[in-house]
Amino acid sequence: MDEGRRDPRALIDPEINSAGREGLTGTAPASLYAPSAEREQITIAPDFAPADAQPAWRQDFPIDWPQDLYVERRDFLKFMVLTSAAFTVGQAWIALQNWYRRRDGRPPIVRLAAIDEIPVGGSLAFRYPDEYEPCLLVRLTANDFVAFNQKCTHLSCAVIPRPDEGSFYCPCHEGRFDLRTGAPIAGPPKRPLTRVLLERRGNEIYAVGLEERTV
Amino acid sequence: MSPHARRPFSRDQRTTIISGMLVFVLIMIVLQLWLLTATMNAWLGGDESIVWPGLAVSTGAFALNAGLFVYLRRIERARTDGT
Repeated sequence: MDEGRRDPRALIDPEINSAGREGLTGTAPASLYAPSAEREQITIAPDFAPADAQPAWRQDFPIDWPQDLYVERRDFLKFMVLTSAAFTVGQAWIALQNWYRRRDGRPPIVRLAAIDEIPVGGSLAFRYPDEYEPCLLVRLTANDFVAFNQKCTHLSCAVIPRPDEGSFYCPCHEGRFDLRTGAPIAGPPKRPLTRVLLERRGNEIYAVGLEERTV
Repeated sequence: MSPHARRPFSRDQRTTIISGMLVFVLIMIVLQLWLLTATMNAWLGGDESIVWPGLAVSTGAFALNAGLFVYLRRIERARTDGT
């Protein structure tokens, strides 16, 4: 720094919060900022010239850039810590839901239909294990039955069985699942449909459990 | 003043400290986001083994982030109090 442009902060007692020190031009009210306790916090122009020698635009916008940078980073850090807390709450929510799921225990055994009631290629809508879970029972051949939860694993739209194409079709986003296995074969879904475990007792089909899968 | 008393950080030093904290916190948040999506996917697929370890790791990451923020508040207070 040359002698003609000495940092004027060196000449100011930082303990004194005098009039005219509130901002670069004195336009900000003195009560807006806390008193400067440190010399580095005294607001000056980058060229170290006095406030009244500054161009009009700088007098109109007397922004303390170092302080602005500090405050905005601190606020961003605070926001990121809050985001971190939100992720932890989400993780706790999963753990809570898991606890509820374990508490409910094994799903009940429910009679779905007599075999004669469903033609080959036909399907039956039912709800299992509770009234909030729509499911589909599909008869593939004379002796093959499959049942899956009807909610698409992408965004929970109801899938439609298409036995002639060998797939379940989700009309919301063109998703497709294999009719026999429930595995995703096209579109946005990544996880297979939840399978309803079936049991044949004489001439009747029963739902006896659920099988959730990731692949 | 005690000979062991430390000089408070200046504003420029604290700005640098915050930048370092931000890098660490952002990495932790990316880890937490990935952990949340992976845990949700596994849990929806019936795999419950990851639920509690995921919660423990995420809580630990949040504790680190919150600890850094508390430290920042402390050095700011030290600056204001002159201690």
